[in-house]
Amino acid sequence: MIEAILLTIITAATPLVIAAMGELVTERAGVLNLGVEGMMIIGAVCAFAGSYLTGVPLFGVLAGILGGALFSLLFGFLTLTLVTNQVATGLALTLLGLGLSGQLGESFVGIPGVKLAPIVFPVLSEIPFVGPLLFRQDITFYLSIALVIGVNWFLFRSRTGLKLRAIGDNHGSAHALGISVIRTRYLAVMFGGACAGLAGAQLSLVYTPQWVENMSAGRGWIALALVVFASWRPWRVLAGGYIFGAVGILQLHAQAFGIGVPSQFLSMLPYAVTIVVLIIISHNRRTTLINTPACLGKPFVPDR
Amino acid sequence: MKKLIIALAATAAALGSVVSGAQAQEKTKVCFVYVGTKTDGGWTQAHDLGRQELQKALGDKIETPYLESVPEGPDAERAIERMARSGCALIFSTSFGFMDATVKVAQKFPNVKFEHATGYKAAPNLATYNSRFYEGRYILGQIAAKMSKKGEAGYIASFPIPEVVMGINAFELGAKSINPNFKLKVVWANTWFDPGKEADAAKALIDQGVDILTQHTDTTAPMQVAAERGIYAFGQASDMIAAGPKTQLTAIVDTWGAYYIKRTKALLDGTWKSEQIWDGLKDGILTMAPYTNMPDDVKAMAEETEAKIKSGELHPFTGPINKQDGTPWLKAGEKADDGTLLGMNFYVEGVDDKLPQ
Repeated sequence: MIEAILLTIITAATPLVIAAMGELVTERAGVLNLGVEGMMIIGAVCAFAGSYLTGVPLFGVLAGILGGALFSLLFGFLTLTLVTNQVATGLALTLLGLGLSGQLGESFVGIPGVKLAPIVFPVLSEIPFVGPLLFRQDITFYLSIALVIGVNWFLFRSRTGLKLRAIGDNHGSAHALGISVIRTRYLAVMFGGACAGLAGAQLSLVYTPQWVENMSAGRGWIALALVVFASWRPWRVLAGGYIFGAVGILQLHAQAFGIGVPSQFLSMLPYAVTIVVLIIISHNRRTTLINTPACLGKPFVPDR
Repeated sequence: MKKLIIALAATAAALGSVVSGAQAQEKTKVCFVYVGTKTDGGWTQAHDLGRQELQKALGDKIETPYLESVPEGPDAERAIERMARSGCALIFSTSFGFMDATVKVAQKFPNVKFEHATGYKAAPNLATYNSRFYEGRYILGQIAAKMSKKGEAGYIASFPIPEVVMGINAFELGAKSINPNFKLKVVWANTWFDPGKEADAAKALIDQGVDILTQHTDTTAPMQVAAERGIYAFGQASDMIAAGPKTQLTAIVDTWGAYYIKRTKALLDGTWKSEQIWDGLKDGILTMAPYTNMPDDVKAMAEETEAKIKSGELHPFTGPINKQDGTPWLKAGEKADDGTLLGMNFYVEGVDDKLPQ
């Protein structure tokens, strides 16, 4: 029973963690991309198409990543090259993504999808309890964990990561030091898009293996909240993603158990928790300033 | 592309009524407002199939623009008003949550006719129409009681509105007519449309031991989970057999087409009146998908019940029925009146859930 619940929580948390990790890197580079929901849904439709048309679900995963990355390139071009307003462009990207994915996916509606097969680790998966949870999962789960470890190392242990953070904190100084602000930001935006696309692939290949319009149903927005919730720290994204996932699943189980908590209250909990955490974080101004990219959302035009 | 053109057309018409005024002379506009996407595989798809039938039947006289994915709430009013401004003569607003918005717009546009699905507020230019879904759900309950080994089914509900509560009760009453100890677990997803959440609710119910699922939400995700876990399930609003060929026992299928054609004809004849229509299985507004994946005797029982409901011999809400807490509600032989059903805010005995208030 507990194992079954945990398995459901993992499935629910994985897309949140993946998409939030991508957005975290984008925001650390100083770019606020509110188009996560749009990139995610594009990833979902591309993944379903890739899997359905080739018959190989793994190609679907690749298609999702690629779709998300390409779609984010549009955002990059608009905000970085044409220096449009990032908030407005991000919102537009979400609206465009929702519409475009519906159009692209029109012929896939109602077709039962193929679920991404789990990758089973020979010996480890036999460990009782832990085995099925951690070593008999599909590739998106392993990638989500790898992303957290990798991004954490990249941002805080590598020279390129240091440069990326420098750009996010003060693009003027970074530019003066000869770091290519625009190029790095393009890459960060595309990384964010690729992650959102992968999260979308998880939705249409693992979570509910089918294509339905609007199937992301607001998960991109939760991922955005998660980045702030985590105060731009990778491990906190992982923890937060699982807390959000767990609250969502446990409230359903509480209902089925017949625990008399109003379900509206339980549905509201993840958002209430986010607000509480935001209050706690902002209370301590020093830690907020350390972690928040100072140039987040500010346009950059190289003066020479 | 088609959607985009319709959206653009609607906007353009709203901006310049001169253009649309000229066109409205030729073809009458019968418009639809949807809460979901027309390809959701459930509720909205059923309405859109009805619209397509209407278009096919009367396409030479009318056109049928529609708006998809209109959120319930303040946005709905804007969307319906946009439709009214664009020259629609008759507007079907197809979700319970559009009720107040439809009432408000109907007041502003007395010359436009409105029809609101599943609501209870009417006006001289606002009719309501509904389907007696509970008749189908009673049959589902009977089948569930026959097919469940554990005597316990899971019900994925959307919002605690009378329509949904009535469905839960009808299902439980059907099940209890076969197995008096039948239990029903209810999970409120608080959404009509979120495949992920619906799937999570399905998993939670199955993990807690139910071996039959039924849903009052709009996507095929619960059916898919049931198929994966190897249990039976019932489709909702549309035939969901594609999502679970070996899983779906039957589905209650909304067949709005005939109704839409009838009302549009009345509009064209000038005989349209504001009415409160509540049709059921016998009128063909509700049909049962083929009974499959069940033994012949269960199928025969289901068919017999369906025939009895159609003939009026059987009313699912016939006493003796107790409320959830054991207090009597209907005396033996007493039938529930429509008003009580449409405002239903209590469970019948046997439902294993606390109704959110």
